[in-house]
Amino acid sequence: MSKYSMHLLVCGGTGCHASESDAIVCNLRDELEAKGLMDSVQVILTGCFGFCEKGPIVKVMPDNTFYVQVKPEDAQEIVDEHIIKGRKVTRLLYRDPVTREPVSDSKHMGFFKKQLRIVLRNCGFINPENIDEYIARDGYQALGKVLTEMTPEEVIKVVKDSGQRGRGGAGFSTGLKWELARNNKSDEKYVVCNADEGDPGAFMDRSVLEGDPHSVLEAMAICGYSIGASNGLIYIRAEYPLAIERLKIAIKQAQEYGLLGKDIFGTGFNFDIKLRYGAGAFVCGEETALIHSMEGLRGEPTVKPPFPAEAGYLNKPTNVNNVETFAAIPVIILKGAKWFSSIGTEKSKGTKVFALAGKINNVGLIEVPMGTTLREVIFEIGGGIRNGKKFKGIQTGGPSGGCLSEKHLDTPIDFDNLIAAGSIMGSGAMIVLDEDDCMVSMAKFFLEFTVEESCGKCAPCRIGNKRLHELLGQICEGKGSLDDLDRLRNMSVVIKDTALCGLGQTSPNPVLSMMDNYYDEYVAHVTDKKCPAGQCKSLLEYVVNAENCVGCTACARVCPVNAISGERKEVHLIDPSICIKCGACIEKCKFDAIFIR
Amino acid sequence: MSKITSLADLKKKREELKSGLDIRIKAINPETIVQVKVAMATCGIASGAKTVMEFFLEQLERRNVAAVVTQTGCMGYCYAEPTIEVKLPGKDPVVFGFVDLKRADQIIEKYIKTGELVDGIIPMNYQTIDLKE
Repeated sequence: MSKYSMHLLVCGGTGCHASESDAIVCNLRDELEAKGLMDSVQVILTGCFGFCEKGPIVKVMPDNTFYVQVKPEDAQEIVDEHIIKGRKVTRLLYRDPVTREPVSDSKHMGFFKKQLRIVLRNCGFINPENIDEYIARDGYQALGKVLTEMTPEEVIKVVKDSGQRGRGGAGFSTGLKWELARNNKSDEKYVVCNADEGDPGAFMDRSVLEGDPHSVLEAMAICGYSIGASNGLIYIRAEYPLAIERLKIAIKQAQEYGLLGKDIFGTGFNFDIKLRYGAGAFVCGEETALIHSMEGLRGEPTVKPPFPAEAGYLNKPTNVNNVETFAAIPVIILKGAKWFSSIGTEKSKGTKVFALAGKINNVGLIEVPMGTTLREVIFEIGGGIRNGKKFKGIQTGGPSGGCLSEKHLDTPIDFDNLIAAGSIMGSGAMIVLDEDDCMVSMAKFFLEFTVEESCGKCAPCRIGNKRLHELLGQICEGKGSLDDLDRLRNMSVVIKDTALCGLGQTSPNPVLSMMDNYYDEYVAHVTDKKCPAGQCKSLLEYVVNAENCVGCTACARVCPVNAISGERKEVHLIDPSICIKCGACIEKCKFDAIFIR
Repeated sequence: MSKITSLADLKKKREELKSGLDIRIKAINPETIVQVKVAMATCGIASGAKTVMEFFLEQLERRNVAAVVTQTGCMGYCYAEPTIEVKLPGKDPVVFGFVDLKRADQIIEKYIKTGELVDGIIPMNYQTIDLKE
């Protein structure tokens, strides 16, 4: 191997990939070639850095320079200035959102300061398509350790003692799940990786598979050894082509090295992994529905028990874990249960990956110790609310979760605290809402998703959610009453109690939590027929301010439905019965004479 | 690709491959290790800075010194090329001029390993502005 003095890491996650990071790699290589630097500078395509807001990212090592929003044509300047002359390209450096000063070293970026990366340890650090880089980072050492030095029971004990809980959302003890699968005797068992990431706004599983696929493969083999399975299946949605591609490469490389297949490390243990594709149905993230989908049946959940640990895939004992859960396993094995359980809160150990989205400055992927507060996540790592607006709420756990308000900002995030606050951890999607978001419309938006994704098997979910959605629609249109609010709440409680699977049982969470935390806003919609956030069109009224109106007629001319009347140089009037609230008049008026109330 | 048939095999492979990631691993905490910057403008390269840089890259590793070696632009001491700047953890950077391979060897053995100064130090004759950290 030639001696490189510098590494250029280019993000190859889906976001940056879509912004031509491939072309950046090509151009950088061409430039280096032209300048005769190919032997001293290496260009590496990596997984997601998590800083998707400002992609594509190029990181220069060893000086930790973090370039953002790089375009393919910037390659020449990076090579000429930074690499040849040693001068950082200031124009491409990340700027602190508050001071506007360029930050030259990524370690000083607020985004990375509070983070602790266990699951994302290799994302943005290694080339995911090269197994050698994973091995250089202690890859497959944990598998070697369990196969040669530990009994399956010992492995399960370590996982149990670590306190790791399932990262797919329910938070069930991983070690306990493995133990249940181990205790069920059978000639064949299965290890399944749930990569059917369906929450809108969640993309951590995709990023792990794209950035560090081997960590999941290694963990699945460890799980196989522990429960006594020799077959692994990864259920992944076909909408994740890049993750699928990298998984295929990773599986092939691991097989070629003999790290998957027969007689691994000469211990007689066999384990192999195959991919199964899903069509992207939300309900297939539920483990029984997922198993049915893999069997070629309709992706519908069934009542538990029997749990998959007793009768799962092809009626054999099956252990299903989420991608993020698996990715932490090799580290737990190598560093020990004690180390892992020293991180986090009393009942939630380790770290959690969150996907930040919505009205937040640093949209992206972060990993923090359990127990970090929402305030730290939103205002320190996330860089605060966009455009200096006011924070209103944060929806955690996707459409199955709840919306937390300002009073929850200092709550340490863990499984139990979020439930106590009326939400859930879920997969870790966080959607930040600001003062312009209407909480009735938001609840309606999330229900729209669950109505569409409901498999229709049980009545509470199929019919109940539809009715909830209709009621919310009526409230948004100003046709609701106080009785309707009670109806919303009662129906939500019934659906929660009676739906068959997790999808239905959690679908009313956004409505319930938003009614709890923003009840005044719901009342305003039904009694005053007003939308305080100014989002529900039917409840808005466009009015002319007589003091400012000079009678220029500009608004009347632009109105598509002729709702504005008035003589030239006289105050105009908007007829609310004709007005369609398109907003054209406000845009046209030069005198700020039209406002919404 | 040859198969990995035992844990010992895997460990051996990891040791072989580790150096490939060295640059990235060291970058995680550069202030805790030795940082060497080699001035590589036209004048520096013409006076042999490239050979000096390769020497540092190779020898620091061979002599088991954890260090980051980077190139930088012209430091302005054109009369003294090749010039390098060495920053030991917790100390101010020191610039050395006329660095040929012999002096490079001295710098590693004396200054970097024991903190003892060697000939060729160029006094700092300027202050720089610090970009906000």
